[in-house]
This record gives sequence, C-alpha cells and structure tokens, in this order.
Amino acid sequence: MVKRSTALGVIGSTFVWAFLLALAVVVIYPLLWMTLNGFKTNAELFGNPFALPLELRWENYANAWNRGVGNYLMVSVLVTVTSTIATVFIGAWAAYGLTRIKIPFSRTFLIIILAGLMLAPTVALIPLVRMFQALGLYNTFWALLILYTAFRIPFTVFLIRAYMMDLPVQIDEAAAVDGASRARAFWQIILPMCKPIIVSTVILNILFTWNEYLFAMVFTSGGDFQTLPVGLTNLMAKHGTDYPVVFAGMVMAALPMVVLFIAGQRYFIRGLADGIGK
Amino acid sequence: MTTNELTRGPVLPAPASGSRTRPSRKRRPGTSRVTSLRALVWVLPAVLMLAVFVYLPLAQNFGFSVLEWDIYTGSQSFIGAENYQKMFADPVFWHALANNAWYSVISILFQVCGALVLAALVEGLRHDRWKQVFRVLYFIPSAISLTVAGLLFYFIYEPELGLLNAALESLGLGDLTQSWLGQENTAIFAIIAMSQWQGFGYCTLLFAVALQRIPSELYEAASIDGVGPVRRFFSVSLPLVREMTGLMMIVTVSGAFQVFNEVMVMTTGGPNNSSQVLGTWLYRSGFVRNDFGYAAAIATAIFFITLSLALLQLWISRKRRVEW
Repeated sequence: MVKRSTALGVIGSTFVWAFLLALAVVVIYPLLWMTLNGFKTNAELFGNPFALPLELRWENYANAWNRGVGNYLMVSVLVTVTSTIATVFIGAWAAYGLTRIKIPFSRTFLIIILAGLMLAPTVALIPLVRMFQALGLYNTFWALLILYTAFRIPFTVFLIRAYMMDLPVQIDEAAAVDGASRARAFWQIILPMCKPIIVSTVILNILFTWNEYLFAMVFTSGGDFQTLPVGLTNLMAKHGTDYPVVFAGMVMAALPMVVLFIAGQRYFIRGLADGIGK
Repeated sequence: MTTNELTRGPVLPAPASGSRTRPSRKRRPGTSRVTSLRALVWVLPAVLMLAVFVYLPLAQNFGFSVLEWDIYTGSQSFIGAENYQKMFADPVFWHALANNAWYSVISILFQVCGALVLAALVEGLRHDRWKQVFRVLYFIPSAISLTVAGLLFYFIYEPELGLLNAALESLGLGDLTQSWLGQENTAIFAIIAMSQWQGFGYCTLLFAVALQRIPSELYEAASIDGVGPVRRFFSVSLPLVREMTGLMMIVTVSGAFQVFNEVMVMTTGGPNNSSQVLGTWLYRSGFVRNDFGYAAAIATAIFFITLSLALLQLWISRKRRVEW
C-alpha cells in the first residue's frame, strides 16, 4: 500500500479523526445522560443537566421494576421468544419446501410469501383490529404472537431460502439413500447446516419484536398484558413527575438489545447485509 | 400434531427424484400426485399465516375505505368515494403527507448520503480495530427502540431539564433556546432530527459492508495511479455502491412514509396537528375520532405510496444482479 504522508494527508486524517470522534460523542453522550439520570433524584435532574449523580440510587431501578417494568420485561421476553421461535421454524420449514421439494405451484407460493416484504403493516391495521376483536384475541398474548409471526415470515423465508439454495443437492440425496425421510433430513441435516443464517434471523427477529410499537400499542394498550415499548409510555403517563424512574425503565428496556447486538454483531451484520440484497 | 404425518414422509423412490431442482418428466401414476399434494405441508403454515393475517386484512381495507363506520355502535353504511373526497379536502392529510415528505428528504440527506460518506471515512481508517469500534458505536442507537430513543429526546428537548437548551446556553447561544417539541414550526423537525440520530448508524453499517465487498485490487490500482482519497471515493467507491445507494434510498423513503412510533411517543402529532404524519393521522382518525372508514382511506394512500416504492426497489435489485 502506498501511504500518503504529505502535510495535506496528515491534516486530512486529523480532520477525519476529529469528525469521527465528535460524532461518537454525539451518539454516546445522550445514552450516558440517560443512564446517569436513572440514578439521580428529581431535584438533581432539574438542577444542572450536565452534573453527575451525587450517589448511585439503585432504588430508582427497583422502583421502576415494581411499578410495572418488571412485568413489561417478562411480557416482552415471552412475546419475543415465542414469536421468534414460531417465525424461524415456520420460515425455515417453508424455505426447505421451496428449495428442496417439488411442490405444485411452488412459484406462486414463493411470490405470495416474498411479496409480503413489500406491504406496510399500517395498511392492514384497521381490518386486523376488527378481526382480533371478533376472535376475542384483543389485548391478549395471542394477538402479538400471531401478528409478529405473520409479518416476519416473508423476511425470514427470504434470508433462509437464499442460504439453503447454496447448499448442494447431494446432501439431500445422501440422506435419502441412508433412508432418512424428508422431515428427518430437514431437522437433522439441513437445519443444523443453516445455523449461521438461523442465528442472523433470530437476532434480527428479536430486535424487531422487542422494539415493535405499532401493533403492541394498538392491540395491547387496553389490557394488563403489555410489552416494554407500550409499558414505558404508560410509565411516563402514570408517573410522569418521577422522571428518574422513567429513565431507569428506559435503560432496562434498552440494555438487553445493546448487549445482544454487541455480542452477536457478526451474525447481525451478515443478516442485515443479506437482507438488503446480496 | 403434524409431525406424525411428516416423519413418515414420502415413500422411498420419490425423494431422490424430488430433490432435483428440475422437475422430472416421468411421473409415477398415482403416487406422485399424492406425494406432491403432501408436499404442500411444507409451505402451508407460512402461506396460511400470510393469507389470513396479512393479505385478507389488506383486501378488507379497500372495502372499509368506502364505508362510514362507527366501531362502537357497529353501524356501517356504504358511502362510495366520500372518504377519499374528504381525504383530498383535508388540510391535515396534506400537512401530514408533507411531513412524511420532509422526513424522506432529510433522511436521504443524512441517512443515505451522510452515512455513505461516513462509511467511506470509517473504512478508510488504517486499523481494523478502530473501524469496528466506530461501526459498533454508531449502531447502538439503532439497537435501542424508537420508543426509548423518542422518550430520551423528549427529555433532551424538554425546556426545563433538557440537554439541548442547556448546551445552547453554555455555548452562549441562549437566544436559540426554545420549546422544541411545543412549537408548531419546530416539532416535526425536532422529531426528524431524533430519527437521524437513531438511524444513521444502521445505514453506515450497511454501506460499510458494501464497501468491504469492493475488491481491494481496485483500490490498489487507484493508489498506484496516484489517485487521492477524495477522487478514489468518487471514481471507485461511489460507482460500485451505486445500486446499494439506490436501494437504501428507497428503503429509507418507504420507511419515512410509515413513520409512527417516534411521533406517537414524542408529540402524538401535536401541537395543533403540526407534527402529524400519515400513520398517526390514520390512528387518530380511527381510534380517537372513531372514523374508521376515513382511517382506511388513509391506509389506502399509504398502501399505494409504499407499494410503488417497493416495485421500484424490485426493479433496481433485478438490474443489479449483473454487477461484479
């Protein structure tokens, strides 16, 4: 590599570094402020916004937890885990069928599934409300499980199918020679081979479900069963004057996803990159 | 429940012939029809979920948009195109559409163009460790939800305890302090600014991946020819991520027309409907003003806008298959 060590190059790279670092501060400082505010008292909060908390008041976190965040967190975990599992299994199952098995009208089915990528959930909102009211599923766990699964299937099939297409057909032939049924070949051979893309889809689906707001708000805001995004806005409305507790709740909602992203970034980036087109 | 049926699977000779990607001409009379029908078990769960919970409501929406419909009394009456006429005459609808358009334009500027330049700067660093550090740092706001980010910026913009006014004052710009979300002329732009903060790292990450895929020989060739970093960006990087840029623009614009979460959390469309977008106006029309037919008409507008963008995206990604 030819390095440009001219004066111009040095000035240029200094500017680049200064810009990148300044931007990092713009990103990190609000997050740090949020975290620190979760440890303050209301009086400190309304004092100097730049000040550090006088002491770490963990009781704000305990208060937030007791005032509903604990409950919202459990609901979020439950909805996220179940809908992610449902989406990935239904999606991988369909992807296997579409790539490995001769299915009548498979092209039509493929288009039906993938065209779902193009539709905005908002458009289906009003009829869905009526449908779920008629089914008696309004304000229940089932509403979110069903909606998150249905609306995430297209993207999940899209990612897993692309990956399965690259797996050689000989694998299935060998499995068939060994006497494995289709379903066994799927569970024991193909699915384990798809592990990298499955991990990517799982991470992307967790991130989506954990943070989803539109359906969560419309379908569960009237009941006791609420996920974190809706619960946080409730916490704000109910305890609006006790801001440090709200901040503590926000930190508790945000932290799991930040940790998940940093831990799984390799898979995450791969999923994103494949998702927008190879 | 279905496992029993599935573990049995198709009978022996079928799997080998079925696993070929090309359909084989020879059909075994009787068995092949049964096996191919049974093969539907693979796609039916996904297709049924979509048919019932995505496509059916989508179709119903068109039907609802020609009704006058009160969900609480249950009364429905056919009124033809009246909801659409009302929509075209509704100043809030046009204002909301304009806000979505602002959202698109500003997001293209920062989240597409800005992120592309940023990704090039980050990828231009010499140390892989630092590249990774910046990519991860910038992405963190995208990992936290729009709800948390929206609430956070609600507090940042808050006139009494907020960071923004305090920062302006400490910089000697006290004249600029204001109630950012409380004024009609600043509310939507304050929300859009938050959304840039939240989303630019996501786009930067995607562009970084695209830039990494450019063969390094191209850069080496450019640097042997004595091409500087700025020209290298315009004549090597930019042309090779052109399609990616096009896709990102469409995804960004499509997202901008589906905005809901952050507006709902930060202003619920106020003050005086000034920060209303199509999604929140739909919600308010239906669930607050109990005019579900009208809300369905707004949904139809969103449908046509996002569908045309999606078709454009499809057309671009078709074209780019030939690249590299």
